[in-house]
Amino acid sequence: MESVLGRYRNLIILVGVLFLQVLGLAVQVKRGGADTENTRLIRIWTVGAITPFERSVVWVQRGVGNIWHNYFYLRGVRAENRDLKEQIEHMRIEQVRLSEDAAQARRLQTLLAFKEQFISKTVAAQVIGSSGSDLSRIIYIDKGGDAGLQRDMAVITADGIVGKVMLVYPSVSQVLLINDQTSGVGSILEKSRLQGVLRGTANGEVVLERVMSDEQVPVGETVLTSGGDQIFPKGLPVGTVANVANGKDLFLNIKIRAAANLDKLEEVLVLVEKQERQATAEDNVRVRAADILAQRLPSVPDKPEDASAAAANSAGTGSGTGTPIGSAKPVSTANPQSKPAGWASVPQVKSSSATTTARVPAGASPAGPSSPRAASAGTPSTGAPSAGTSAPVGSTTVATPAEHKITVVRSNVPFIAPSNVAGNPAAGSKPPAGPNKSATAPSAGPSTKPAQSPSMKPVPPAPAQPSVPPPDPKPSNSQPPADNPQ
Amino acid sequence: MPSTYTSGEQVEVYRFSIPATVGFPLLALFLQAFVPRRFPLFSYLDLPLLVTIFFAMARRNPISGLLTGAVIGLVQDSLGGLPLGLYGIAKTVVGFGASSLGVKLDVENAGARLLVTLAFYLVHAAVYFTVARGLVSLTLNWSWSRGFLAGLANAVLGVVIYFFLDKFKQRT
Repeated sequence: MESVLGRYRNLIILVGVLFLQVLGLAVQVKRGGADTENTRLIRIWTVGAITPFERSVVWVQRGVGNIWHNYFYLRGVRAENRDLKEQIEHMRIEQVRLSEDAAQARRLQTLLAFKEQFISKTVAAQVIGSSGSDLSRIIYIDKGGDAGLQRDMAVITADGIVGKVMLVYPSVSQVLLINDQTSGVGSILEKSRLQGVLRGTANGEVVLERVMSDEQVPVGETVLTSGGDQIFPKGLPVGTVANVANGKDLFLNIKIRAAANLDKLEEVLVLVEKQERQATAEDNVRVRAADILAQRLPSVPDKPEDASAAAANSAGTGSGTGTPIGSAKPVSTANPQSKPAGWASVPQVKSSSATTTARVPAGASPAGPSSPRAASAGTPSTGAPSAGTSAPVGSTTVATPAEHKITVVRSNVPFIAPSNVAGNPAAGSKPPAGPNKSATAPSAGPSTKPAQSPSMKPVPPAPAQPSVPPPDPKPSNSQPPADNPQ
Repeated sequence: MPSTYTSGEQVEVYRFSIPATVGFPLLALFLQAFVPRRFPLFSYLDLPLLVTIFFAMARRNPISGLLTGAVIGLVQDSLGGLPLGLYGIAKTVVGFGASSLGVKLDVENAGARLLVTLAFYLVHAAVYFTVARGLVSLTLNWSWSRGFLAGLANAVLGVVIYFFLDKFKQRT
């Protein structure tokens, strides 16, 4: 027995070492993926041993490169400077055009109570190394937990997305590139809006999966992030379609040319902070002359609750605006012409089936420049929370911080439509048109569609009637000039 | 010059100083991780494999060879994002094979080193491919042409590196 063990000692040890490694591998696979948490120690040791050299070399290389390029190799800089200046001029013109589009997009997003993700903070990092293997597309960057990096943060360049943070060490992080075969990114084709999953292949290519073979995908179309993976914000460039072929299982095989040069990355940005906030139309919307004028005019002070209620009871009688109600007035009466016939403002009445709530600060001037827009955008310019998408459609409740709630109930029932009173500029069945339409049209987003919509249930008049006093022929509050249509 | 068969008593066994034993594998791992970012073609080379083969052949001790291969392979694994053990298993086999071969063959000349390195590169690739597909279910495509060309490139580089590393050998 001993002679057998002695004779095959090397082989037995080989089998033993292999068995242990296979066992360890099986455990990692069973626990899922690379099981980086349980193998973290050996990875820390390795990274701790290797990356200091990499950092040093990168630091020296960068220093020498900077000295050379900044002080010696300045050939062609003047011509390049001239070209860049010309480019800036072209881009300024382009920027003007794009800003118009962006403003329009914001308004439309506001209409839908669209929630956007904004990149609020990034950390620039230098690529210092890689896994050194074709089969594991990983890079190391010189920023880690000390710089605020965390696992699953998106890594991008100016050209497009790069990958996500996989492991974080104190001063170094491991980034999984998008062309690794274990990575996946929710993507969308820019024009056709087809969604798919971006994956890497063993050869380091990037393919878009899960697009049905009956779809038309042109070569050259841009691919963007869809935001569905909760890692990359929506709309970041991913690449362009390089090749389309029929794949397996009724799906197309779409090869993507990555926008970022994944083979030669030097500097990257890590998105350490994202904000999700409601889109607002105020940011880039031009201020109207009337708004500026209104700012200079004395505003109507807030009324006490009782007075406000009393005023509210007389809503929609004389002025035709329907809602001369304290501080809430401008919100619902931004434009007298903007309210279609069949709309009425009813204080303290909340339709159980349809309310859209917007809060306005107590001190908000009725004639404030952004008040109409606050109503129109569903997002008060004062920074108050905007209309929630979850709110049902059909009426608008405006509440001040002092819990003054005014509900604008939409209805096509004639008897609660004091706007039909003679003299009301909004009288009639057609939605108003005019220069202010654009400001008031989005007043409640999709919910501002006239009540003639077949899917909309009319508000029953009975519950609202007791709380609505007879119309007061005299308007309780005069309309500020700024709210008049231009 | 063809490889000559020698008995176990005739071949010389070498050892290395601790700095060389630790330093060269670390240097190989560092270069393997660092250089491909600047020169993507460098990723076809496998410096840790060359170091494993060299140490295994020089020491001519199968246990030492397989342990060297296992350690270098596991460290190389830990630089990547895949489960630990893929390179570990492949290099363990290579280390054992190279040291076993070193006992029986004279692998001091360039021609023998070229052929041995090419052969072990293919063995390494085959073991890695098998384990990656069989145990980890990675999608890999085997390419003979790529494997042969990469093996040849590694073998040529290996011959150069081995001559440099020969200077650090110490007779036992």
